[in-house]
Amino acid sequence: MVETFDKPEIRTPENLVYSKTKVLTDNVLSYCPGCGHGTTHRLVAEVIEEMGIQNNTIGVAPVGCSVLAYNFFDIDMQQAAHGRAPALATAIKRLLPERFVFTYQGDGDLAAIGTAETIHACNRGENIVIIFVNNGIYGMTGGQMAPTTLPGMPTSTSPYGRDTQIMGNPLKITELVAQLPGTYMVTRQAVHTPAAVRKAKKAIRQAFENQILNKGVSFVEVVSNCNSGWKLPPVKANEWMVNHMFPFYPLGDIKINGEMVK
Amino acid sequence: MKELKLMKGNEAFAEAAIRAGVDGYFGYPITPQSEVLEYLMAQKPYEQTGMVVLQAESEVAAINMVYGGAACGKKVVTSSSSPGISLKMEGISYLAGAELPAVILNVVRGGPGLGTIQPSQSDYFQATKGGGHGDYRLIVLAPASVQEMADFVGLGFDLAFKYRTPVMVLSDGVIGQMMEKVELEPQVTRRTNEEVAAQCPWATTGRPVNGPHRIITSLELDSAKQEIHNHKLQNKYKEIEEQETRFETIGCDDADYLFVAFGSSARICQKAVQIARAKGIKVGLLRPITLFPFPSKAIDSYSKQVKGILTVEMNAGQMVEDVMLAVNGKVKVAHFGRFGGIIPTPDEVVKALETKIIGG
Repeated sequence: MVETFDKPEIRTPENLVYSKTKVLTDNVLSYCPGCGHGTTHRLVAEVIEEMGIQNNTIGVAPVGCSVLAYNFFDIDMQQAAHGRAPALATAIKRLLPERFVFTYQGDGDLAAIGTAETIHACNRGENIVIIFVNNGIYGMTGGQMAPTTLPGMPTSTSPYGRDTQIMGNPLKITELVAQLPGTYMVTRQAVHTPAAVRKAKKAIRQAFENQILNKGVSFVEVVSNCNSGWKLPPVKANEWMVNHMFPFYPLGDIKINGEMVK
Repeated sequence: MKELKLMKGNEAFAEAAIRAGVDGYFGYPITPQSEVLEYLMAQKPYEQTGMVVLQAESEVAAINMVYGGAACGKKVVTSSSSPGISLKMEGISYLAGAELPAVILNVVRGGPGLGTIQPSQSDYFQATKGGGHGDYRLIVLAPASVQEMADFVGLGFDLAFKYRTPVMVLSDGVIGQMMEKVELEPQVTRRTNEEVAAQCPWATTGRPVNGPHRIITSLELDSAKQEIHNHKLQNKYKEIEEQETRFETIGCDDADYLFVAFGSSARICQKAVQIARAKGIKVGLLRPITLFPFPSKAIDSYSKQVKGILTVEMNAGQMVEDVMLAVNGKVKVAHFGRFGGIIPTPDEVVKALETKIIGG
C-alpha cells in the first residue's frame, strides 16, 4: 500500500476515486478496527465540509470511546464532563447563535449519566444537533452494561446476560425525546452497509441544515457495533447488530419537520 | 456615571453582572440566593445588553453551561448556595483543569447535607482547599458588604480572565439577603465576537480559516504531559498568591489582640472592636478579602505585635487552620464560632476574646 502511495504515476487526478475530508485530521483514530465510530466521524466531517461550515462549527466531545473526538475533527471542539455535552452545547449556541453546534455522544454518556441534560436540552428546543452512537455497551471502560444493553445481552457487569428483573430495562431514549416538543427531527440510522452509510449521511446533513431554521434539536441516533465489547469479529458483530439490535432499535425516521412519522 | 441604590446583596450581584457586560448567567433556584436569578429574569437584560439568562434543570447543568460559554471566551456567571455548590464541584474542577474563566457565587447556608437556609461560613474549606477532585485552587473573594457583592463581579472577571481560572465569590446568607446602599458602576458594553476572538485566542469561537483548531479539554492520557500541565497550574497559583492577596485592617496599629474574620463575621467583629476598646481592650481586625490567596504574610506580621489572635467564623473552625499555619506557633491562636445558621453577637465575640485569648 505504501508503495502505491509513492508512485506518482498512479497518484493522478483521473485515478482519484476517494479522498479523506479535510475536516478530519490526520491523527490515527483511537477506535477499534470494525467500529462504527470511524464511519460516523467521517460522515459528520463530510457534511461539515460540504456545507462549508468548518470555520463556523463548534463540536462537543463526550466521555466514552469518542472522548478524543476533538483530536479527529479539524474544527473548534470542547470536551465535556460525562453526560453534560448538551448543557455545554446549550450555552455555546445561545451565546454564539450564528455558529453550528453539535454534540457527539455515546449511549452511556447520553442515556445514563446525562439523561437529565439530554431530556432538558431536547425539551427546551435548543437549536443544536445531537449525534448519538448507540452500541449497547460501555466500550472505553471495558464492556460494562449500558442503559441500552439488550435484555439477555452479556456484558462485564451483566456476565450472565442482562436480567431485566434485577437490572432494569434498556432505555429507548430516542423514542422518548421524540415525544418532546423541542425536538424537530429524530431519526435512527446505521453505518454497517454502503446503503446505510448513504442514508445516515443524508440524515446528518438534514440535521445540520435544520439549525438554519432555528426550530429545535435534530437528534440522529446511529445504532452501531462494539466488536471488542461484544467479543465478536467485525463481520459477526455487524450480523449480531442486524439480528439483535435492529429489532429492538428499528432504523428509520421517528420525527421529521417537527411531526411524528406515522 | 455611578448610581446609588438601596439593594439586597443578591440583587446587587445580579445588577452588577448586567452592568459589567456579562454575556450569560446560568442558574438554578436555591435559598438564600434565588434573588439573583429572579432579579435577572425581571430585568430582562437580554433585551438591553443581549445578556443570556437561563434557568437550568439543575446546578450540574448550570455549571456545565458556564463551561460551554467560558470555553467560547464569554463572560459567564452562575450562583448557588452550599448544597448546590457541592453539585457544581465536578464542573468547577473541569473549569480549573481546562483553565476557563468564570465567576461563581456561593451564598453560603448552614450544612452539612440540606442543612439550614440560614447564613453560615461552613464552605470555607470547600472553597479554598479545592472542593472538587484534583490539585487545583480557586481565587476566592469574600464580600463583607452589599457594595462588595457588586464590586466583586467586575474584580472577579478581571482576575478570571487575567489568570484563566474560575473565581468564587464566597458570600453568605447575611450579605446576600441584607439591604445596604450600593454605588453601581456605569453600564459596560458587552464585548463583540471580534473583541473576544482578539482577547481570547484560545477560545472555541469557530476554527480560524488558517487554523489550527482550538481544543478545550481537561483530559491528558499521557501522565508525563499531565504532570507538566499540573506544574503550570501550580505556578499560576503561586503567581496569584504573590500578586493578588487582598485584605483590610481596622484598628490594628496599636492592637494588643487581633480578630481575623471574613465576610459577615468581619462586620460583627467591627462592632466587637468598638465594644472591646470601650472596655480598654486594644483589639484590631484583620479581614481577609481574598481567602485564596490567603493573607498569611500580613497575619504573620502581627505575630510579634499582638498577644493573641481570635478567628471568628460562622463554622466549627476552618480558617483558623490557615491562621495557625501563617503564624506557625509564634502567637496564641483560638477560634470562636457559631454555626448551623446561628449568627454570633458582638458581645459574644468580645466575651470569647476575653475567655479564650486574654484569660485563656
